[in-house]
Amino acid sequence: MAGFVLVGLMLLATVCAPWLAPHDPLEVDVTNRLSSPSAQHWLGTDQLGRDVLSRVLFGGQVALKVSLIAISASMAIGLVLGMIAGFGPRWLDRILLVSFDTVRSFPTIMFALAIVALIGPSLNTVIGVIIATSIPVYARVVRTQTQALRERDFILAERAMGASTLRILRDHVLPNIAPPLVILASMDVPAVIAMEAGLSFLGLGVNPPTPSWGSILNDGYSYLRNSPWPIIAGGLPLIAVTLGFTFFGEALRDIFDPRLRRKDA
Amino acid sequence: MAKFVLRRALISLLILCLAVSLLFGMIHLVPGDPASVMLGPRATPELKAELAQRMGLDQPLAVQLGRFVAGAARGDLGIDPFSGRRVTEIVLEQLPHTLVLVLAAIGGASLLGIPLGCFAAIRRGSWLDRLTAVVSVAFIAIPSFVVALYLLLWLGVQWRWFPAIGAGEAGNIADQAHHLVLPAIALGLGWVGYIARLVRASMLEVMEESHIRTARAFGLPERTIIVHYALRIALLPTVTILGLGIGSMLTGALFAEIVFSRPGIGKLLYEAVLNRNYPIVMGAVLVTTGFFVLSTLASDVVNASLDPRLRVEQGR
Repeated sequence: MAGFVLVGLMLLATVCAPWLAPHDPLEVDVTNRLSSPSAQHWLGTDQLGRDVLSRVLFGGQVALKVSLIAISASMAIGLVLGMIAGFGPRWLDRILLVSFDTVRSFPTIMFALAIVALIGPSLNTVIGVIIATSIPVYARVVRTQTQALRERDFILAERAMGASTLRILRDHVLPNIAPPLVILASMDVPAVIAMEAGLSFLGLGVNPPTPSWGSILNDGYSYLRNSPWPIIAGGLPLIAVTLGFTFFGEALRDIFDPRLRRKDA
Repeated sequence: MAKFVLRRALISLLILCLAVSLLFGMIHLVPGDPASVMLGPRATPELKAELAQRMGLDQPLAVQLGRFVAGAARGDLGIDPFSGRRVTEIVLEQLPHTLVLVLAAIGGASLLGIPLGCFAAIRRGSWLDRLTAVVSVAFIAIPSFVVALYLLLWLGVQWRWFPAIGAGEAGNIADQAHHLVLPAIALGLGWVGYIARLVRASMLEVMEESHIRTARAFGLPERTIIVHYALRIALLPTVTILGLGIGSMLTGALFAEIVFSRPGIGKLLYEAVLNRNYPIVMGAVLVTTGFFVLSTLASDVVNASLDPRLRVEQGR
């Protein structure tokens, strides 16, 4: 329940950011830099005198955009590759499996750092890295589920009636593997948001002056000894959202799969 | 069993080779050759050619890759073009700092997480159990670098309980331990929840088994049953997961090292990325990836030796 509320609040605040934000997140006011919270700036200002609250609100848009694009893309590609691996010939399965494992064998952040070193930091690089590292996760789940399904009687019956592979995959395999995939995706949101924020914190994500929770934290870290407010303000929404989506994902899992709830509760 | 280990080791080696080639290929296929990137916009063609020759960049890609792999197999990862030192030496110098941090984090997390999970399982459904469930999820979900920043802010800068920067004076164990506290907490906090959940789940399973009932029938005290008969068995799967965890903890270690300005592989890699120092990037990524692959292999093997069914399934 708490998860639904937190996720709902985040979506609302992010979508309404242009109306909610008291200031322009990019508006510089050098006379009023690193100030503490006041009636005018509820969360204080950063090293350029920009309103932290407005930046936090707009930073949510970056987090949401990245997780939406990255997760839907990696889920779609992972779905196709996973079904090919699970339903196709064994040699293809082997090749795909080894390539999944290769990508997974890099610790994610090392992979991300290496890529950023090569192509330079940008939001698109972050999205690309997250997609590349998440595809194997989805593909592996889809592959296992597809393999379990392909031997089932109703699939065999469908085959015997002459249904094409595409039809079997689309009409019979897909509906069966969709629920676990949706749960996986919702559990993945906090990890993706943390990844974006982490890379932006390292200065390897969004380019300044775009506000992102990670870049707010990065600015705050540089001026840590002058004002604690940017760090407090940049970290809280990250904590709230990762918690919110985790509880949300668990609630979703309980709804879709009551067996797990009994074992886990 | 020996066949299984050999097969898994070969697959790991294959994966490592593929990973290295992938990274190597990317470094050299991306526009902007490393030599001009490293020397900056004002470099003369002669300087560039000299550096390219020094780094072997004028050779065909396949030759370069072959040289790198052959060198890596001998433990030679090339020369750092900035300092002129051997990459292997630089990486090995930083590695112990990261290992100490990871071990401290895992150790601390186990000390807290195992009793927590054990109590939660024994008092199943109690407020303690429910609290543990919520807190573990929370600890797992919160990004470790946010924890690191908050710790730094409150305990390091505001209250000054712990030093905020560095790894401590070389040779001074107490000072080094003092410097280790905050990064280790930041890194290990998520694992407390993770370990607690694992121990709880496997304790619940073990407590249902017949040897526990037998021990009860013999009238053994509950304490003895839990500690000597149940927890021992329940810890096995946790230990394997921890083995696997050491590899993935490298990610968290990178953030902890950067936030607390601690030396280590993560910080080395980060600075190399900022400087576009490709030999160091390659070396650091190779060592961490190797570490990661090795810990996965180790936990697969331990798992298979504990559970023979896995051997059959994997060998399919």
